[in-house]
Amino acid sequence: MAENEITFEPDDRYNAFLTVCNRVSHGKGKLAGITVAVKDNISTKNIETTCASKILKGYVPPYDAHVVELIKKEGAAIVGKTNLDEFGMGTTTENSAFGPTLNPCDTTRVPGGSSGGSAAAIASGMVRMALGTDTGGSIRCPSAFCGIVGLKPTYGRVSRYGLIAYANSLEQIGPMARTVSDVSLLMQVIAGYDRRDSTSYNKPYTHTPKADIKGLKIGIPNEYFGEGVDPKVANVVKDALTQLEHLGATTVPCSIPSMEYALAAYYVICTSEASSNLARFDGVRYGPAADTKKSWHDSYQEVRRAGFGTEVRRRIMLGTFALSSGYYGKYYAKAQIARENVRKDFARIFSEVDVIVGPTMPTIAFKLGEKSDPLSMYLADILTVPVNLAGIPAISLPCGKVAGMPVGIQIMGKPFDDERVIDVAFAYEQAVK
Amino acid sequence: MMTNKEIIVGLEVHCQLNTKSKLFCGCSTDYRSDNPNTHVCPVCLGLPGAMPVLNKKAIEYTIRVAKALNCTVIKESEFSRKNYFYPDLDKAYQITQYDKPLAEKGELEIESDEGREKRVSITRVHVEEDPGRLVHMGNPERGRYSLVDYNRAGIPLIEIVTDPDMRSPKEARKFLNKLRATLEYLGVFDSEKEGSLRVDANISIKGSERVEVKNITSYKGVEKALTFEVTRQKNLLRRGLKVDRETRHFVEARGITQSARSKEQEHDYRYFPEPDLRPLHVQSWVDAIPLPELPDARRSRFMTQYACSINHARTLTGELRIANFYEKVVAPDPANLNSIAATWVADILIGELNYRNMSVDSIDAKSFTELLQLLKKGIITDKNGVELLRIMLDQQLNKQPCETPQAIVTRLNLAKTASDSNALSKIIYDVISENPKAVEDYKNGKNGALNFLVGQAMKKTRGRSDPGELNRMIVEKLKNREE
Repeated sequence: MAENEITFEPDDRYNAFLTVCNRVSHGKGKLAGITVAVKDNISTKNIETTCASKILKGYVPPYDAHVVELIKKEGAAIVGKTNLDEFGMGTTTENSAFGPTLNPCDTTRVPGGSSGGSAAAIASGMVRMALGTDTGGSIRCPSAFCGIVGLKPTYGRVSRYGLIAYANSLEQIGPMARTVSDVSLLMQVIAGYDRRDSTSYNKPYTHTPKADIKGLKIGIPNEYFGEGVDPKVANVVKDALTQLEHLGATTVPCSIPSMEYALAAYYVICTSEASSNLARFDGVRYGPAADTKKSWHDSYQEVRRAGFGTEVRRRIMLGTFALSSGYYGKYYAKAQIARENVRKDFARIFSEVDVIVGPTMPTIAFKLGEKSDPLSMYLADILTVPVNLAGIPAISLPCGKVAGMPVGIQIMGKPFDDERVIDVAFAYEQAVK
Repeated sequence: MMTNKEIIVGLEVHCQLNTKSKLFCGCSTDYRSDNPNTHVCPVCLGLPGAMPVLNKKAIEYTIRVAKALNCTVIKESEFSRKNYFYPDLDKAYQITQYDKPLAEKGELEIESDEGREKRVSITRVHVEEDPGRLVHMGNPERGRYSLVDYNRAGIPLIEIVTDPDMRSPKEARKFLNKLRATLEYLGVFDSEKEGSLRVDANISIKGSERVEVKNITSYKGVEKALTFEVTRQKNLLRRGLKVDRETRHFVEARGITQSARSKEQEHDYRYFPEPDLRPLHVQSWVDAIPLPELPDARRSRFMTQYACSINHARTLTGELRIANFYEKVVAPDPANLNSIAATWVADILIGELNYRNMSVDSIDAKSFTELLQLLKKGIITDKNGVELLRIMLDQQLNKQPCETPQAIVTRLNLAKTASDSNALSKIIYDVISENPKAVEDYKNGKNGALNFLVGQAMKKTRGRSDPGELNRMIVEKLKNREE
């Protein structure tokens, strides 16, 4: 075996991987020889990329996503593609056309989603790092449920080129790992300007985590500890806040009144964008081929009906409706106003505090099949979606357990203040080690 | 009886911008002579995960157009997605501009049907991407199928929308010609590229519903389609029927419009802002983007600099290539050539080129100057000048070796016969003796007989003589015979 080749033969009992690469060669660099898993909605040249959907079965991208190019250049060994909710649409990784991923902490529970495969691969020790994507909490939720660390970077800090779009204006690719240092290391590699993504900013991340948070001001929004949040989860997070105070931080209560509309706005925006993004999957160019004997519109209908799962179809229908003439003003336009209000609320609070802290998820990981009703599943996103609407950075890291299951603390920062978010997480992690 | 005053026409014109690369990726736009799907990449194929990057040049070109049309460039414009399914549209949405176009509120001056100057208001100018192209194959017996070529996908288009300011199909055609000239002068458009222009026209008779005619792809087609619609709509009204508000397709081959299926009219495009592109703030570019000399200015210059008549000046400057050609032709000796060149380019060359479907680019300006000099020096007659021009064009068209005008004159012995030569006297003698009937008729005062005799003489000189000269000589000869 060549010096720069590794063998990867994991015991994937959690169905974390959709594709496993058994023999991987790698180069030199910051990530030399480190096993990295890539969520299967990120394009990888010559490796099948399915978004956990039947409609992309067999699709092998002819190009690498920008982040994949970057981690390869730094010597990472990309050992496989991880499971997700189809196209990222879900909070449990149960909505995968290739079966659910199980939570390594308790296999009767979901790992969270939609980056559940990446989280499970890390939590079970199969890989050291992974790339996830976060549209409304898809990195932070599974990080919280599986007891690992995951960062949703500031919108525009990491290029989305090659990420198969679900909701362009909300989503970011981000690093996931067991430690804050590893998350920071992976962030160093993937952040920065890419001319192929017109929404990317020239803000490279060259930071090394520092544990000093003396004088830090933390905002505690009452909405993150109120109705709908499991008091046991809230208490664990409150203990963690006490710990941060011991380290020299001060806490102040605050409020995000726009959160009342955040979830509704989020679901209108993400489904609207999704209805347009997913329209291209028609069986003409990739994925299972359309029946060419039929007229094009008949075969489109057939391919799309058979290729998309229930939740994806539901969101396409919702988004199509929200954008329809006569309803656009009522839904899409209003959602944009609500989004602006969320942004303003965060800006107002951040004029007085450095970070905002709360639980990542209102509960611990659900039992498999527990969230059978879509609305109750959507409600579980309430603490994560405001961050995506505002485009700000947020990290989730483990801060204790309830009923033996990990609880995640969420640290939200000002736009492009990802470094501070990392430092606060690092300070906490070092203190409880 | 209805007058033309009651016809109301507005146009939506789509033109391909001749940038080097596509609107949102680096693929070359020079695809016409290449195999299908060879000018493509993840972006213009709409592969999952690929993202658009705006071509700055296309925006500069659009601003140039906006400026030439006296439009206001909007402070913040944005791109939107127009969502619809069709196999030539790889992303299932077109990136275009919707409620925030790049520029609005301009005008273009044309010559009205009454010959006066008239302003057509421009509603808006925006930029968008061209979809791919379907090629329909097979036949009903063996089964039809379609192939998709994405070479065209992502070519930048500008859409220019007018107010309903035109009052006849002819005015619409004039507007288009003027617009084409303006865009070519700006260097942003090449009308000779196949499929580079597409027009949708809205037409109504005052007081009744408006009809949209789609799928017009030529300058002549616009006039044809609208003329057909005027007749159709007027006939309906004359019979006391109503004009339905609908979309119709122009069938170029048959010169008619056909009702589009009602299904196609019910599109809800679900426009929303393109989240992968940032809003455009380009108002500040406007001043820095220079405008070249435009058709109206060049027309005035031709009138003062070359003493062209207004009609010649209008024709010569109506197409960039013709105007450039004219200036190249007269360059060696403007004082002597400007007048004869204006006549020969505007009144003769353009017609001969159109007849052969040739571009003026295919003819060498130097040779044309030489031809004019032969005429000017009286070496060939006008008639043989035309003959000579045709030979030159045909040699070019048939890809034969191109001779110089002088070489053709020598080879075919086209030079004018000197009026005092014995040969010419002999020819006139022969014509008179071979046509006693005509001579008789002439003597009896029938003037047509003289024309006949001149014609016969022209035939014998193979056009090498000046008809006026022949006329004078025949009259003299007959007079001498009488005496």
